[in-house]
Formats: sequence, C-alpha cells, structure tokens
Amino acid sequence: MNAALLIIFIVAAIALYLGIRATRGKDMNVNEFAVGNKGFGTLFVFLLIAGEVYTTFTFLGGSGWAYSNGSAAYYVPAYICLAYVLSYWIIPKIWRFAKKHDVISQPQYFLKSYDSKALGLVVAFIGLIALVPYIVIQLKGLGIIVSEASYGAISPLMASTIGAAIVTIYVTISGIHGSAWNAVLKDIMILFVIVFLGTYIPYHYFGGIPQLFEAVQSVKPEALTFASEGYSIPWFVSTIILNAFGFYLLPQSFTVVISAKSERALKKNAITLPLYTILILFAFFIGFAAIIQVPGLQGAEGDLSLLRITMQTFDPWFVGIVGGAGLLTALVPVSVMVMSGAVGLMTGFYKLIKPESSDRQQLVVSKVFVLLIILIAYAFTITGGNALAILNIMSYGLITQLVPALIFSFFSTKLMNKYGAIAGILTGVSIVLFNAITSFKLVNVFPNIPSAINDINIGFVAIGINILIGLTVSFVTKNLILNENSQVAEKIAQ
Amino acid sequence: MRKYAQLLLLIPFIGLCVLLPLANRIEPYILGMPFLLFWVVLWMILSSVTLLIVYKLDPENEGSEVE
Repeated sequence: MNAALLIIFIVAAIALYLGIRATRGKDMNVNEFAVGNKGFGTLFVFLLIAGEVYTTFTFLGGSGWAYSNGSAAYYVPAYICLAYVLSYWIIPKIWRFAKKHDVISQPQYFLKSYDSKALGLVVAFIGLIALVPYIVIQLKGLGIIVSEASYGAISPLMASTIGAAIVTIYVTISGIHGSAWNAVLKDIMILFVIVFLGTYIPYHYFGGIPQLFEAVQSVKPEALTFASEGYSIPWFVSTIILNAFGFYLLPQSFTVVISAKSERALKKNAITLPLYTILILFAFFIGFAAIIQVPGLQGAEGDLSLLRITMQTFDPWFVGIVGGAGLLTALVPVSVMVMSGAVGLMTGFYKLIKPESSDRQQLVVSKVFVLLIILIAYAFTITGGNALAILNIMSYGLITQLVPALIFSFFSTKLMNKYGAIAGILTGVSIVLFNAITSFKLVNVFPNIPSAINDINIGFVAIGINILIGLTVSFVTKNLILNENSQVAEKIAQ
Repeated sequence: MRKYAQLLLLIPFIGLCVLLPLANRIEPYILGMPFLLFWVVLWMILSSVTLLIVYKLDPENEGSEVE
C-alpha cells in the first residue's frame, strides 16, 4: 500500500466515523433527519451552503474548465456570487413560509403555496431528475480522484462503490447531521489544499501569478477573454442569470435554507459567501498553469488537469491529501442531495398516497428512498456514457423552470394559479428536455438571427415561454379556481 | 426610503451582466490578473459590500431577533 492510498483510507474512515457519530444524543424523527429540526446556526448553514460550491465539480471541473475553455470558467464564481446576492431577497421568504407551514422539503413548499398535490408531485419528480445527474457526476468524480491519487491502486469503479457505501451508511443513520459534521472537515481540507496548490504551482513553475498569466497570454491569449461566438458574452450573461436563480431551487440548497435556525443567520451568510467563493480562483490558477505544464489533455480529460499537475509536482503522501480532500468534496454534497431528494419524494409522493402515515413510517420511507436514489445514481455511474453529459447540462435548465412559480408564490397565486404553474413548468421542462435530446439551437428555428442571440442559454428562453403559458393558463382557469373556492366555502358553511 | 434598500441588490447584476462587454479584455493587468478576471473578482467583493450595506439599511434587521 502506498502512502497516498493510506491517507485516502484514513480520510474515508474519519468521514464515516464523523457521519455516524453526528446523531448521538438526538432523537431521530423526520424533521430531525431532513432539516436538523430547523436548528442549524450560522456556521453549519454557511458550511452546508458553501459546500454546494466546493464540490468535485469545482475541484476537477473548475480547473478543468479553465484548462479547456479558459475564461468561460469564470461563469462558476459569477453565478454563485449572484445567487448569494439574490438569496438576500428570496431566501427569507422561503424560510418564513417553511417555518410557518411546517415545510421540510421543496415539493412541500410548492404543494402548500399553491394548495395543489399535483404540483407537489411534479416538483418532486423534476427535483429527482435534476438531482440524479448531479449525484452521478460527484460519484464519477470521486472515482477519478481516488483512482488517480492512489496511482491506479484502486479502480474508479471500486472507489465510486466505496464512496456510495459510505454515504448510504451515514445518511441513513444521521440524516443531515452527518452531512453537517463532514462539511466542517471537508471545508478545512479543501481550503488548505486549493489555496496551497493555487499559490505553490504558479510560483514553482512561473515565479508568480502575473508571470503565469503572461505565459498563458503568449501561448493561448484567447483563453483570457470571452470568445465572440459559442462561449460568448451573451452565453455568459444568460447562463449566470439563469443559474443564479436556479441555485436555491436545487433541492439540496432548498433543504439547507429550511434547516437554518433564524432568518438573520441566512442573511448574514449572504454577506460573506461571495468572498468565500473567491477561493475558486485558486482552482483557475491551477487550470491555467496546467495549460502550459501538462498540455494535450483532450475533451473530458481536461478535468484531470489538476490531478496530473499535482502528481507531476509533489510526493505521493501529498497526493494522498489531495485525494482525501477530493473524496470529501464528493461525499458531503452527495449526502445532502440524496437526503433532500429522498425527503422530497416522501413528502411529494408517499404522503400523497398515505396521508395518515406516522412519523416513524415517514422516516423509514425516507430512508428507503435514500437507498433507491443511491442505487439509481450508482447504476448510472457504472453504466453511464454520453447520456450523462446531456443530463448534467439539463440539471440547471430543468430546475430553473420552477423559478416563475416560486417568484409568483411570493406575490400572487391568483396571477399565477396552480394550473398555470403546472402548465408553465411542464412546458418549460419539455423545451429543455427536447433541446437536450436534439441539441437544437435557436438558429435552427430562426435561420437569420445573429450569433449573439443564438448563444443565449436555451433554459433562459424556456423560462420566458414558461411564464407566458403560466399566465395565460392562469387567466383562462380563473373561474375554475373561483368555483372550487366557493364549493369549499359552501362545505364549510354546511 | 430604507424600505427600498433591497433595490441595491441590482447593482452586482449590472456590474457582472450589463457592464461586462466593457471588461472583456486582457490589458491592463491589475493585481497580476488579466482585466477580465480582475473584473469578475472585483464584483464578487463589491457584491459582499452591497449585501453588507443592504443588511445595515434593511429595517427588518433592527432590534432583537424573533425566533
């Protein structure tokens, strides 16, 4: 066993131990399992939300995007930063509603806001479709990191399997508490690793960060600005706005919001989180350095740039630490995702068919859904080919179709009623799915449009149509709702 | 007036979206970063500053917290 492998194993063991131990001294019920009895203070909420940022995607993908696509990679910190800005306005509204109406999952929020079980069901399934690719990406990333960092001693498949097993064990035992404690360990390790690598590598190879960029400018100047087509400014702007709105609609972020103890904890976090996101720059430095130091990685291989340059630069024991940090960046987000997806299905689906179920039954069913989701994701992880990449691009496109219904839930469920919300969401989702399967661009529909418009993210276009359909259907069904309400009123009167 | 403090949240969107075409350039380097990267980082810092100002102005955050 080499030094790297030993360290990765130690990290895995600590994660499992912390995850299981996290629940000690607590009575487990659904509320405790799903949202920590809505008692998480500022630090845990901060780490869990920030944990969404520092996932394997940032670790491998942040540097990988900078390596393969240059400046296009800036979209990651840009949209996350805007998501936090927006969160100051959006999140307190969600939190207050959840507190008042005893909401523990995203489907339940929509169900209760619009008083529609059908909408709850639709949201639960969209959440699931959006979550699975996310989980798969993390499990695949975990496989790559551990396999590379162990110098091939463990196969990617083996590593993904072990990772999935650890998550399953601690999520079923501790629920969100396991994620919270591991988030602490994860962020300490990832911060150390990413800041150290992002500083050391530019100095070691180039003598400093300005020199690094000058070197990139002389070899590949197009990497330092946006292209005029493809990953262009319209693409960047539409994508960061879309993702900023979508960020808190991902079921796992929604869950973290609900788990906060107070509204002010959330608002205070919003102030500091953009600064925390700046640390992702160090991942970019590594990716840019790799353009020159480990050239020639094609396509998806670009994601390996961070690990390759690390292995070329450091001794095995340090590679082990990087591998261990990488392992944690997968485990924590996966655990929150799996759990929020499972609780979402429980509230949106199981409660629908068994409204009178006891708390204990609901807890057991949630845990069964945890297993189910992990198994689905695991099946995709070991078999997944190209379909996976398509799903990943779709995740945000799909989940952001819930944005109009969310925003209208703050103001008026008359202007947008439950029929309108469902019709709008289904239309938007269909457009995104159709686009993912056929990969049409706007230029196929309107041959003469300029490239600036053609580059606009299709999810953005779908939202526009979503709102239009939603408002129209709401207007047409206005009388239907009035009738329902008067029937209810009559029943009460009787 | 302070009721409308949340409108300030639009500022980072203007910086990162509307003004972005002006920043799509390599030169001048600032703090060792190409201009475009500097611009993105600058707005991440200014986002924090904006949020801090909004938090201070927002009348909802005054007094002790109701839980």
